[in-house]
Amino acid sequence: MNPSSFADQWRQRLTAAGFVPLDADRLGELLSGLAEALAGGQGEAVGAALVEARLTDPAMLAATVEAIDAQFGDRELVAQVAAGYAQAIRAATMAGQEELNQAVLRALRASEARLRAVFDNAAIGIGVSAMDGRIVQVNHAFADLLGYTPEQMCRLLVPSLTHPEDPRDMWRMYQAVIEGDVDHVRMEKAYYRKDGGEIWTDLTVSLIRDDAGRPEFTIAMVQDITDRRRLKKRLEHQATHDPLTGLPNRTKIASDLDRIFREHKSVGLCYLDLDGFKRINDTLGHQVGDELLTAVAARLRESTSHVAGRMSGDEFVVLVEDPEDMSGLAQRILTELSRPYRIGKHRLRISASIGVVESPVAATSPQELMKAADLTLYAAKSDGRGRFLMYDPERDARQAARYALAAEMPDALDRREFTLVYQPLVSLEDRELRGVEALVRWDHPRLGRLSPDSFIPLAEETGVILALGRWVLEEACARAAEWAKTFPDRRVCMSVNMTVSQAHEPGLPADVDGILARTGLDPSLLVVELTESAVMDPGGTASLVALADRGIRIAIDDFGTGYSNLAYLRRLPVHMLKLAGPFVDGLRDGDKVDEHIVETIVRLAHAIGISVTAEAVETPSQEAALRRLGCDTGQGWLFSRPLTAEGVTELLRAP
Amino acid sequence: MGEDWVPAGVDMSRPSAARVYDYFLGGAHNFAVDRELAQQIEAMTPNIAETMRSNRVFLRRAVRFLVDQGIRQFLDIGSGIPTAGNVHEIALEAAADSKIVYVDVDPVAVEHSRAILVDTPNTAVVLADARDVDRILGEASKLLDFDRPVAVLLAGVLHFIPDGDDPAATVAEIRDAVPAGSYLLISHATADGQPAEVIEAQRLSGRTATEITLRPAAEIEAYFGGFELVEPGLVFIPRWRPDPQDPVDEHPERIGAYAGVAKK
Repeated sequence: MNPSSFADQWRQRLTAAGFVPLDADRLGELLSGLAEALAGGQGEAVGAALVEARLTDPAMLAATVEAIDAQFGDRELVAQVAAGYAQAIRAATMAGQEELNQAVLRALRASEARLRAVFDNAAIGIGVSAMDGRIVQVNHAFADLLGYTPEQMCRLLVPSLTHPEDPRDMWRMYQAVIEGDVDHVRMEKAYYRKDGGEIWTDLTVSLIRDDAGRPEFTIAMVQDITDRRRLKKRLEHQATHDPLTGLPNRTKIASDLDRIFREHKSVGLCYLDLDGFKRINDTLGHQVGDELLTAVAARLRESTSHVAGRMSGDEFVVLVEDPEDMSGLAQRILTELSRPYRIGKHRLRISASIGVVESPVAATSPQELMKAADLTLYAAKSDGRGRFLMYDPERDARQAARYALAAEMPDALDRREFTLVYQPLVSLEDRELRGVEALVRWDHPRLGRLSPDSFIPLAEETGVILALGRWVLEEACARAAEWAKTFPDRRVCMSVNMTVSQAHEPGLPADVDGILARTGLDPSLLVVELTESAVMDPGGTASLVALADRGIRIAIDDFGTGYSNLAYLRRLPVHMLKLAGPFVDGLRDGDKVDEHIVETIVRLAHAIGISVTAEAVETPSQEAALRRLGCDTGQGWLFSRPLTAEGVTELLRAP
Repeated sequence: MGEDWVPAGVDMSRPSAARVYDYFLGGAHNFAVDRELAQQIEAMTPNIAETMRSNRVFLRRAVRFLVDQGIRQFLDIGSGIPTAGNVHEIALEAAADSKIVYVDVDPVAVEHSRAILVDTPNTAVVLADARDVDRILGEASKLLDFDRPVAVLLAGVLHFIPDGDDPAATVAEIRDAVPAGSYLLISHATADGQPAEVIEAQRLSGRTATEITLRPAAEIEAYFGGFELVEPGLVFIPRWRPDPQDPVDEHPERIGAYAGVAKK
């Protein structure tokens, strides 16, 4: 058999035996060459060549042995081929394993290099520590964050990284990780930097276990949140503090109050406001006003360790947990705030009024407490300012009733529930009718007839006085005009009371002009009665002058009850004094001092052309004394109680 | 992160598909864990080694065919350990100006491939998952020109992608990235005409990095959407253009795998 047909047979045996990683042509070429080598007795080389051609399937060797044996019948040659094959396959296998090991090592190195690169270049800080607290490895980000080199950090122990603001249970949580109870903890933690600075981080600590599941390392990952936290703190502070004074604002006070209600048994609250602060703002400017508020806030902070806050404008509060001596505290605050302030070139004094409330938390709510303090403050102000008042539930109830009444007034005006009565003023010489004083009554549908004392101060506070006053004036003027028309030869003057805020109203002269025009009343028949303080208030002077210019006369009501200063009587357009009730009352018993006072007043008044009327004249002896002392007119039950308009008309009609 | 970053690490304690394949091809580039699994699979499906070899033979014939069609660029995805009869040898022998990019997810296979190819110009190895088409195309385009026809080889790899990961979408992404005149080669394991123990082998394959999903012919044929299958279409591997010298295989279904080549 020639070599090529042997090669062909050999090829067929191989192909049938198993996997041949060569195509038929290639295999044919290879085997032709090997057949010649076999003929040359190079058995070992042939065996090696088969392996080199990757005919490494054991079936390949078997098929080859069979083919050679069949062709050559030479056992030695077969043995040489087998030995060469085995040697080559051993070498190839060792080479393959070595290549594989090298590949694995390279792959591991590449993989580790990637991990190392991630570790080193990560933007977040990563640190590994052993279970005994030694820091084993940290990356640059972590070391940079704390201002160390990684080598320096690796000489530290985890517990040395403690910080006073660490969460209270942080070490307990860390212990739980070390002991394997939890696998992760996350918290916000502060660190001191090497340079003493402070940074805040978002820290996650994870436990790494060994193959047996035992805790082996912890990995800490930190992110710098210092700026974020600072911003958050600033925003929180802005949202809860007053930018001017730096005190907690209304929002913060509300949440602090809620907290006290949750955590304490009782609560105290001082609600304070500065007396006449608006005037400082108006006269010295807002700059000075703001500086004064800042100074007040500083005093509040210094005078109490309790939470002080600014509610609005010039209103402040002090919150007290489980209070012991609220009145002592309030007094201390008043004293502290009343010391003079130096604001720029100004030296200012200002007082404060304080409403003080103290209550077990179970008995009230934050809202009720605030409301009670506010009402008490209000009462302290009404009581004359520069003082504190303790909360009084009865006063509170009265106050609430007053508020309710005040709220009803505008509607009452629309429903015409107000009426006027008129009390005559008579000449003390001959009891001749000289005029009437219009007095307003409220026919309240539920409370019955109310006298002015019970609602005029309220109307003054709420501002309804302006509408009510206009109505009173128009009604009184219309009536007076009617009487003047019906009884042209009886000059009956109409006295109408006016409050301080009416006198302050810039539109008053125009209103009066309109009323006079509509009613046709002669201005010389109109008398406007004001209290001493209203007359002296500089804000109303212009209005009074304007009224006097129109021929209207001005009377000072209740003369002698205020800080009587006779000097102003010459400067202001005053035509009439009405002696206050107490002086007249004193005349009843023939009190010599009162007689002297009345006599002096009358003489002084007459000296500057002012007439005097005595109010509340009730007995003939009073009348006699007044007449003797030179008083011009009298008013009181002795002469007549207040009358309806019809009653006055009848009086006029009588001869 | 570096461009070679892949999340998969090197885990020598688990068998690798690439090394198991190497074992079946008679290579020595495998560990005991790989051989252990290979032997278990072999016990279940005695034809498995033949299937693997048959796949290798098909690849050789197909690469020759593709070179004959004028293809000079090859992208072999799931290349494994390039031992006996690998693609670059066949292609470079047939046409010296051929360019070949190997892609595998096994870092060991990739390192080994790099060692083998260190002195072979116009070849490159990419560490990537077959599903990560963006990364594959990005890396491959450093060597291959995707404006010219490319043969994309998915030999014995799509069955490692479970249905949940939508292998059809992966193939479609590749199709959209290659120009007209490009070729797609797929060989894929199937249960068609297979005994029940094949299913057990499939279950065992779960111990390698990925489980094998056997698919019927129609499903595999659908992967060629947008391509036109060349003769003889999708067939059991031994039936794909066998060498005329090879004996006719009467039972090609025992191989348990389909093969097809198609042109865009």
